[in-house]
Amino acid sequence: MHPVIKLLAQRISLGLLLLLAASVLIFIGTQILPGDVAQSILGQGATPETLANLRAELGLNDPPLTRYFNWLFAAMQGDLGTALTNGQDIATSMGKRLGNTLFLAFWAAVVAVPMAIILGLIAVRYQGRWPDRVISSCTLATVSVPEFLLGYIAIFFFSVQFRLLPSLATVYDGMGFWDRLYAIALPVIVLVLVVLGHMMRMTRAAILNVMQSPYVETAELKGLRKFTIIARHAFPNAIAPVVNVVMLNLAYLVVGVVVVEVVFVYPGMGQYLVDHVSKRDVPVVQACGLVFAAVYIGLNLVADVVSILANPRLRHPK
Amino acid sequence: MKDDLALLIDRIDAARLNRRGFMGGAAAIGALTTMGAPAFAADPVKGGILKMGLGGGESTNSLDPGLAASQVPFHINRIIGEPLVDVAADGTLEMRIAEAVESSADAVVWRFTIRKGVKFHNGADLTPDDVLKTLERHSNKESSSGAFGIMEGIASMRVDGDVVEVTLHSGNADLPYLMADYHLQIQPGGGMANPADGIGCGAYKIVVNEPGVRHTFEKFADYWDTTRGHYDGVEITVINDATARMAAIQSGQVHIANRVDPKIAKLLSRAPGLSVQNVSGRGHYVFIMHCDTAPFDNADLRNALKLAINREELVDKILDGYGSVGNDTPINAAYPLFTELKQRTYDPAAAAELYKKSGHDGSPIILRVADGAFPGAVDAGALFQQSAAAAGIPLEIKREPNDGYWSEVWNKQPFCASYWGGRPVQDQMFSTAYLSTADWNDTRFKVPAFDELLLAARAELDPAKRTEMYKTLSQMVHDDGGLICPMFNDFIEAVGDTVQGWEKNGVQECMNGLAPHKTWLA
Repeated sequence: MHPVIKLLAQRISLGLLLLLAASVLIFIGTQILPGDVAQSILGQGATPETLANLRAELGLNDPPLTRYFNWLFAAMQGDLGTALTNGQDIATSMGKRLGNTLFLAFWAAVVAVPMAIILGLIAVRYQGRWPDRVISSCTLATVSVPEFLLGYIAIFFFSVQFRLLPSLATVYDGMGFWDRLYAIALPVIVLVLVVLGHMMRMTRAAILNVMQSPYVETAELKGLRKFTIIARHAFPNAIAPVVNVVMLNLAYLVVGVVVVEVVFVYPGMGQYLVDHVSKRDVPVVQACGLVFAAVYIGLNLVADVVSILANPRLRHPK
Repeated sequence: MKDDLALLIDRIDAARLNRRGFMGGAAAIGALTTMGAPAFAADPVKGGILKMGLGGGESTNSLDPGLAASQVPFHINRIIGEPLVDVAADGTLEMRIAEAVESSADAVVWRFTIRKGVKFHNGADLTPDDVLKTLERHSNKESSSGAFGIMEGIASMRVDGDVVEVTLHSGNADLPYLMADYHLQIQPGGGMANPADGIGCGAYKIVVNEPGVRHTFEKFADYWDTTRGHYDGVEITVINDATARMAAIQSGQVHIANRVDPKIAKLLSRAPGLSVQNVSGRGHYVFIMHCDTAPFDNADLRNALKLAINREELVDKILDGYGSVGNDTPINAAYPLFTELKQRTYDPAAAAELYKKSGHDGSPIILRVADGAFPGAVDAGALFQQSAAAAGIPLEIKREPNDGYWSEVWNKQPFCASYWGGRPVQDQMFSTAYLSTADWNDTRFKVPAFDELLLAARAELDPAKRTEMYKTLSQMVHDDGGLICPMFNDFIEAVGDTVQGWEKNGVQECMNGLAPHKTWLA
């Protein structure tokens, strides 16, 4: 078998195994939370009788192992169950939220990824000179400020002071495409600022690493322009670490933006998860955890595969 | 109102008004303020969309009226539905779906005459049978209704022509007030088939229902009361983050924002294009002691602690002035039939004396707090600790996690911080939390004389006698209870200047949820 195919098969099966392990962890994690669903739904209004009624109704009296396998097999068939708190189908309501999250992540990535790579290339081209310094320090500054503060600063200037962009990024069915883009403008700006620094600095470092190689010196001696060397010769060989960091940030954009979602009132997965965690709606929390784990593992898998494919030694075995 | 006063002051400056004229004018403004009526109300303007940015909604919310517990479901209930009767701002009863209410002399049998010509959003006529079914559904334990406690007192119900007749286990003069509970909106067929279908008989019908995100409503053309419901539609955006909510009202994206943090209310009121509206409600922030658990089973120690708290300071620092001083009873002036008791004040010397008399061994008294108990509870605990230390009473503040506070700490630990939202009438408040047998008797206040008087007051129809009885009951809790009630919090909302017809109504937030019905856009 071609070694690349073998490697890929290994990676993918490893990913699936990891996902299974994650599902076990998610299940255990939701079991050891203090209190239970019935307790949280009723809150201050809980009396022993209503608690017992609700527990029986929600099937909380079955043994944990039975509940785990029931859940896992149903989830594998795409049935994530219904939310305990409001009885809505989880797959449907989560699908909508996931779509929103992906929409926001997509547009943030569309802006951030090319921008980070181009800025990284420019920083390398002018290494140690003022464009490099300006780019490095600005991105470092934005990545150092907590994202909710960036959000509030953006709201203060763009929404309250100048009233250019809306602070409410609530998107809903039947909203036009351009209206949606307008609504998410501020969160996209904030997310771009948050992820830009990491990706740009990694690009810069990876390319600088390659710039020490003999073939870059050869290219220089051939008389190529500095930028051509970077873009044509150095960058392709630095692609593996860059893809890795890009994927990490994409994963963050999907699973880690709950704070930004809250600040801009964006109906995404993070907000959905937090609501249900506080109500101990275990099926929803489990489903969200599973989706997040799948996204994370999936994107890392893609990064692995790209680095394997980008490695000529693996593509052309002796 | 503020502007009117400013105008008067300007006129004095210009010497165009003598003292007598000023006093008259000022008195008139004062009178209007107390009446809570808009000073120069123009006729309501029809049309427009009211946009509300509300905290207190989750993606777990259901349209089932019985399950509503947080603010957004409360507002949804108030917008799409209507109960039999309503409690007005001044504490009087307002007839809504019921046209008239009458009772037997012993307040056991109540007859609600149902209004004719009321339509549901699905086009069906509202019948007495729908009312009966609705009440029956909430009386059923299976419905998990928030109004179940109210319905427990009902022995039987029946329809008699246009009248729904309710018979109680024992007399209760407050029954109509209890029927104003927002869970008890009338649903077609009582909502027996599908309680969460969102079909009510209110001024607006629901169009979009995305729990935790957004709810939109449009005017229901066949709504029976033409003096209400001036908007073409209402839009609720759920904004749980306080800063985001304030940004939304400041940037004009919403007309009304609820739950303004008292700490920023003064700053916010300086922002252009909006005003900050506050009204005192029945909600109170409390520290509660179990009267049957040592060391709190000692009345002297309880009273020492009550004297060792600085109520004014707490109102100032925790509520930033947006609230009023409590008097160790759950009842304040917002209740009908209220009588003022002698105010207990901070008195470290008297507290020290009582503390000594109680014979407490001097070990620190553990007070459990969490931010989830009420906003600022941890700070309030620290202030209490300081003021008690001045009286020589050692308090130890134990901070508990918000998670599980209501299940693990409240109603379990002998001394902790808590919050009560208040109830429409005294009887309900006392019955929920101070009756010996109540599940939520979170101060373990078990006084047979109190129970007896409470039941007697419930069946008493003469308001003067009841007022006197409720005064005695309040006094009993004040003197002997385990309740330390330092403050009643205000409802604070930010309202855009384009919204007209705003009234003060402290039964619940946002004019008792009637802002979409009674206001209009200029």
